[in-house]
Amino acid sequence: MAIFVNENTKVIVQGLTGGQGKFHGLRNRAYGTKVVGGVTPGKAGQDVEGIPVFDSVADAVKATGADASFIAVPPKAAPAAILEAAAAGIGFIVCITEGIPAQDEARVYSTLKRDFPNSRLLGPNCPGVISPGRCNIGITAGEIAQPPTPGGKNVGIVSRSGTLTYQALFELKQQGIGVSTCVGIGGDPVPGTSFVDCLAEFQKDPETSAILMIGEIGGSAEEEAAEFIKANVTKPMSAYIAGATAPAGKKMGHAGAIVSGGKGTATGKMDALRAAGVKVGANPTEAGALMAQIIASLK
Amino acid sequence: MDLFEYQGKQYFAKFGIPVSAGGVAHTVDEAVKVAESAGYPVVVKAQVQVGGRGKAGGIKLANNADEVRHHAGNIIGMDIKGHLVKRVWVEHASDIAEEYYASFTLDRAAKKHLLMLSAQGGVEIEEVAAKDPDAIVKLHIDPLAGLGEAVARDAAQRAKIPAKALDGVAKILVQLYDCFTKGDCDLAEINPLILKPTGEVHALDAKVSLDVNAAFRHPEWDEFRATEELDEREKLAREKGLQYIGLDGSVGIIANGAGLAMSTLDVVKQAGGEAANFLDIGGGANAELMTSALEVINSDGNVKSIFVNIFGGITRGEEVAKGIVEAMRRVELRAPIVIRLDGTNAEQGREILASAGLSADKLISRPTMLEAARTAVDIANGKAAK
Repeated sequence: MAIFVNENTKVIVQGLTGGQGKFHGLRNRAYGTKVVGGVTPGKAGQDVEGIPVFDSVADAVKATGADASFIAVPPKAAPAAILEAAAAGIGFIVCITEGIPAQDEARVYSTLKRDFPNSRLLGPNCPGVISPGRCNIGITAGEIAQPPTPGGKNVGIVSRSGTLTYQALFELKQQGIGVSTCVGIGGDPVPGTSFVDCLAEFQKDPETSAILMIGEIGGSAEEEAAEFIKANVTKPMSAYIAGATAPAGKKMGHAGAIVSGGKGTATGKMDALRAAGVKVGANPTEAGALMAQIIASLK
Repeated sequence: MDLFEYQGKQYFAKFGIPVSAGGVAHTVDEAVKVAESAGYPVVVKAQVQVGGRGKAGGIKLANNADEVRHHAGNIIGMDIKGHLVKRVWVEHASDIAEEYYASFTLDRAAKKHLLMLSAQGGVEIEEVAAKDPDAIVKLHIDPLAGLGEAVARDAAQRAKIPAKALDGVAKILVQLYDCFTKGDCDLAEINPLILKPTGEVHALDAKVSLDVNAAFRHPEWDEFRATEELDEREKLAREKGLQYIGLDGSVGIIANGAGLAMSTLDVVKQAGGEAANFLDIGGGANAELMTSALEVINSDGNVKSIFVNIFGGITRGEEVAKGIVEAMRRVELRAPIVIRLDGTNAEQGREILASAGLSADKLISRPTMLEAARTAVDIANGKAAK
């Protein structure tokens, strides 16, 4: 088991003929992901190293039976691409595009909720999702992810940051700890999938024994996660929140990573998580070590 | 991107929001000229992006040209909390009967737009929130439904805005919402929103923060970019296409990815040091970007050590290494580099660095992020690297 994706997930790449789409789409396929098609308007009939290209998501779904989409198109085109995928019945949409205006994100989010409640958006501005050994959609370097140990104690990872997700995967691999699924929810102000969504899935997933969460300054998603953990998550957790030393009022690289009016600080988030019973590390290495202790105590 | 008050007012005016007649002035003569056409009395307001201008003496009333000369002369060049006043906004002074507050932001938790409205304006809204939270009406707006005048009027009524001002406030709320959404603002705030004795409602101040991700559909924002207050390091970084924020410490930071860069700042602090900057070279960093990043860091006189923290995903270790070697050939770095390199092709990268013949006191490799942080901080604090 894994959450959101598995070895049977069939993926199309929107923007497969573009630089990013081609590079990561082929890498995902090389990892073993079932990349069954691509979409670029006006390029139907072509192929990218054997992957057929279609004019629209609807055409691609009809021909391939795809149930997931990987969107790697520029910010201007991304909102329409997300809604096109949802309208074509795609249930799981991963959008790695960075730089989508917040107003567009808010409209896309609301449209999905209202018109396409069965479609889940991961991202935008996220590294994607990997269920090690089975499916990798996005930009994660698959080789740094330790596949889950069958019948063993495995960890689910959820993170707002790309490189810190790699760091987390790396820390666990160093310790020989398997990962059930690693989800990067992205650093934008209106992510389609939240910490809470992922925590709920990990709590249900029999393959996941513990959860590692990586947050950062800005917004209140970590505080909401803490509330949810208190009420609903029984699996042990460790966490790290980036940005304890970030100056107020500055967007720290991610559009959503900003402390404003004393809100969204790392301290507040860490306190909330601790109060919910999560073991909080001062840096990613410490969070990884805390997770290793948790796993050892489960055996 | 934060706008100056005068830019915010000009932006408001595009959406029909009534603002006072006035103009921006960089010199005393310009200020007098603007005052003459705005009509006396005028208010001369320092244009800085920091609160507390009035208390600092940066906002003055002037009844004639001599007074404008006097005040503008004092205010231009003034230092307000570390911000140099380069220009003033001069506008016709308004008579004020009442002061209100209105703002729109995106509520990230609710994933909806948020209107905050209060009949208590003219003071910091945080103060009102602390003292009398019931005085602020909060209304969530579905981005797909938008805000109509009837709903706006209802919110104004609940905020106890008096009947005589309701129509005017409702109209401005709809205009301000338009400015917020179509104008791609992160924040659109009027404080105070005033009622004049003559009955009109009017924006006396403007606080606007724009979402730079939307710049592609706002060519008119170029003029705002031109006046952005960046320090020299930030200017250089922007030219090179780097995400850079200048700080005051002595450990220069280069990392790939926003999260890792933030985390690097954190571990430097935990090791007892202070970061000189935040610098994210991004996901697809190559040798050239790495060189640019080192050049920017090198322009900072406070830097005593440079901590390069790379976890290769899309970024490849050998590209990072090539960039470092190239930069060290091209420029004389003011401080040694402490590098931690992991992830994609890290092994190759380490080999490139090892075989480049760089002296061991200029380039120090550390196997983990924490060890690298300790070494970088030791060097910055004047201790020998262990």
